[in-house]
Amino acid sequence: MPLSPESHLSWFRAGCRAALSVPGFILLAAFVGFAGLANAAGFTLAQTLFTVLTIWALPSMVVLVGSVQNGLSLPATALAVALSAVRLMPMVVALVPEMRDAKTRRVTLYFLSHFIAVTSWVMSFQRFPDIPREQRTSFYAGLAAMLMVMNLAVVAVVHPLAKELPPTLSALLLFLTPMYFLTSLWGSAREIAGAYAMLLGLVLGPICHVLVPQADLLVSGLVGGALAYGLQRWQQGRRGA
Amino acid sequence: MTFDAFSHPLWPYLFILVAGSFATDIWRFLGVHFGSRIDPDSEALVMVRTLATALVAGVIGNQIVFPSGALADVPLLLRIGAAAAGFAAYLVLGKRVLVGIVIAEAVLLIGILLN
Repeated sequence: MPLSPESHLSWFRAGCRAALSVPGFILLAAFVGFAGLANAAGFTLAQTLFTVLTIWALPSMVVLVGSVQNGLSLPATALAVALSAVRLMPMVVALVPEMRDAKTRRVTLYFLSHFIAVTSWVMSFQRFPDIPREQRTSFYAGLAAMLMVMNLAVVAVVHPLAKELPPTLSALLLFLTPMYFLTSLWGSAREIAGAYAMLLGLVLGPICHVLVPQADLLVSGLVGGALAYGLQRWQQGRRGA
Repeated sequence: MTFDAFSHPLWPYLFILVAGSFATDIWRFLGVHFGSRIDPDSEALVMVRTLATALVAGVIGNQIVFPSGALADVPLLLRIGAAAAGFAAYLVLGKRVLVGIVIAEAVLLIGILLN
């Protein structure tokens, strides 16, 4: 069936409209928090916008800003960011087969993959069943573009104001990001090991921050993750026996 | 080789690109590359997800216990209490992210005003 360009455009627009939704606005709130965080860490507005545009994954962005604040070197920062972003690979692996059809070009998928992060990923999985397969990349492109533009705009507005805010408002702003992660991370955990990993990471992060300040995230990720995985295997073993 | 190691105006952008963007996009590109070849439910991916979840949870813990800026002036117990209240509300009231955030912020605000 030949497709008219109109239908691609109309699905692109449908994607844009999908961004104007509760999950879209929650993400916006998290970016308000990130703008405050980046400002507090000494990132200029241009550096903050560049970070949003080129990384587009809040955990990675927050790890980057935190590492810069701790004075970490480039390789140590890259390692921490890479570890925090590993979760994107299984997300992309799961989404790509849903997004493509036989004619989808690989370069399109590589380009669109830059925009895959938790919010658009969850929204796509919810909406894709109602979207014709050959239109899913158009829909996703619209969703991604709109989310990116909205969040760049909100960062551009909030970042310059962040230092002028009264301390109470500023404290509330900086609390948005951890609360957004705390809830959305729990919601996206698929297996029980994810829940264990979250609880262990929450406790190990601050402990490692004191014990091994230069490698706190790496150690809490490796130790907490391994313990959580082991705990799940041990439980499965007991149930199986 | 820290973020402010060199005074060249483009150095911070190079730092963000290499330590931030490349370190993130590599996983997305690998995801497209392996797209249809990896089973998303394989044990290796379960373990990878678990490590990444613990790492991001470590970030959250640090942001609550060792925050930056004005949040650092809020007492530690209030920060932990507000986060716990928000998370409990999220779990009890239908796992809505918005509910968790609003309750946590409300508890934090009331605590700050009462202090």
